[in-house]
Amino acid sequence: MEIQTWTFIIVGATFALYIGIAIWSRAGTTKDFYVAGGNVPPLFNGMATAADWMSAGSFISMAGMIAFLGYDGSVYLMGWTGGYVLLALLLAPYLRKFGKFTVPDFVGDRYYSSGARMVAVFCAVFISFTYVAGQMRGTGIVFSRFLNVEIEIGVVIGMIIVFFYAVMGGMKGITYTQVAQYCVLIFAYLVPVIFISIMMTGNALPQLGFGGTLEDGTYLLDRLDGLSEELGLAMYTSGNKPMIDVFFITAALMIGTAGLPHVIVRFFTVPRVRDARTSAGYALIFIVLLYSTAPALAAFAKVNLVDTIHNTQYSEVPDWFTNWEQTGLVEFNDLNNDGIINYSGDPATNELRIDPDIIVLANPEIAGLPNWVIGLVAAGGLAAALSTAAGLLLVISTSVAHDLFKRTLKPDLSDKNELWIARIAAGFAVIVAGYFGINPPGFVAQTIAFAFGLAAASFFPAIILGIFYKKMNKEGAIAGMIVGVFFTASYIIYFTFIRPELNNPDHWLFGISPEGIGTLGMLLNMAVALVVVRFTKSPPQHIQELVENIRVPGKRS
Amino acid sequence: MDEKYKQYWKRNLTILVSLLIGWFVFSYGLGILFAEPLNSIRFGGFKMGFWFAQQGSQYAFIIIIFLYVYLMNRLDREFDVREE
Repeated sequence: MEIQTWTFIIVGATFALYIGIAIWSRAGTTKDFYVAGGNVPPLFNGMATAADWMSAGSFISMAGMIAFLGYDGSVYLMGWTGGYVLLALLLAPYLRKFGKFTVPDFVGDRYYSSGARMVAVFCAVFISFTYVAGQMRGTGIVFSRFLNVEIEIGVVIGMIIVFFYAVMGGMKGITYTQVAQYCVLIFAYLVPVIFISIMMTGNALPQLGFGGTLEDGTYLLDRLDGLSEELGLAMYTSGNKPMIDVFFITAALMIGTAGLPHVIVRFFTVPRVRDARTSAGYALIFIVLLYSTAPALAAFAKVNLVDTIHNTQYSEVPDWFTNWEQTGLVEFNDLNNDGIINYSGDPATNELRIDPDIIVLANPEIAGLPNWVIGLVAAGGLAAALSTAAGLLLVISTSVAHDLFKRTLKPDLSDKNELWIARIAAGFAVIVAGYFGINPPGFVAQTIAFAFGLAAASFFPAIILGIFYKKMNKEGAIAGMIVGVFFTASYIIYFTFIRPELNNPDHWLFGISPEGIGTLGMLLNMAVALVVVRFTKSPPQHIQELVENIRVPGKRS
Repeated sequence: MDEKYKQYWKRNLTILVSLLIGWFVFSYGLGILFAEPLNSIRFGGFKMGFWFAQQGSQYAFIIIIFLYVYLMNRLDREFDVREE
């Protein structure tokens, strides 16, 4: 069967499944809508968290970025998994014990202040919108590349699907579709990599094949280091970012992960404190299944790519090369007119431009896998994008309906009306997200650094201090959040929008790039909070009791 | 009664600090700060520093979370604060 036919069948079948689940899991109350009734089993919550977390970026772009960054790409691997240790140990169990619906809920109640709640609502909505635009765009791109529809139409199809289960089912609908989406995406990711690992190294486990030998007996990674040297690129296994920057970026990504509201709320959905701990562990296992495979795929694909393309007559390139040339993901520019493709680290002689996304997207074709595998990859990319988009849209809708309307503007709102406002807000958010997916702001890549930096510099310290420092008061927390956000945002805006020509290690503060600056913003937030708290009033008695209460599971006797 | 909860919290903090040291060592320590010297040690096709950065740290994180689950469940039982 044709690739297109397979893709239609597989993508269509998965979409039918998601809609079926949405109809089965409609939300009846606000508790269903916000936290899936609070009774999601930990194993399912682990899968849903993994799908919620792994975005179009993780599925489509990450392996490619690692293939081109080598060791430096480790910041993503460590950063986006290590954050779960912080979540499991420092946040999830206590927030579960607190037992409300949203992150601004905790910030507002703990700091007995609607001002703090509003700062949190603003950060949550801002972070979620920057992130969701990329997901809708990702949906459109997968559709356009695999099904030959316009990107715009792809985005609209994605919007309709998400609208269906996010607006009808709220968290309950999202949770069970995310469980299905996790299964689709992990299967789609692993199948082609296992095939390639067997073909290249004779080992079915990519994690072991990564350290294995090629047909000629050389180790895969030695071969990569050799190729890098030959082509004038940085050594694959040691990279060339300064150590301090690697350190700060990793930390910003870890702390940012632990501060992202759509991930945190997932831990409100399990029945008990100990379920929150366990489900963080399950979530990390499910995430590491993909994250430990990605660097292996990166290495396989890079060797494969350089071997087949570098120093090859353009007239003799394989079919997939010409196919993907049409999408602009690979470009050959014959500088010296010899008809031979020269790939090099030196921009003056390099004739090949490769978009990192091709590592995952074209992978099945490069390895010569059957057509149904290609359809599977399309379905996997869509599952990754849609599951993350839904989680983010829910954060936006609960922030508006619950934190803004119910808790601030109109406390006497009935449950039924609150549910309606939540649905309308979700619908409205889908439309805004779709708009940004169709007309992306020209800085999608930078906005990811933005979302993580802000999450690290705003929520994380406020929540941690709220749990571990009983005397932390509203003045300290608000001052800390404002300084942290202001510092981080100015640094990123300065280097990416105002003076992009200065964006290099010579001009950075302590050699820290905008991607890593959230770590410093977080430290600044804590420092300011700890100074301000010394000069202002202690929090009221009932707040200190609240803190003591969330520190211990179960009812206090 | 308050004494019991103070004790529980203290033990909880001890568990947290020890596990977070592990978290730091296996990622920032072996994967970043000491990656270069570790790269001279090989394990099959892997240089150790590179392996910790791209593989080992992730496995260590999983082990750390499940150790935490185990230790905290034990602590909850000991202090009789386990939820039903």
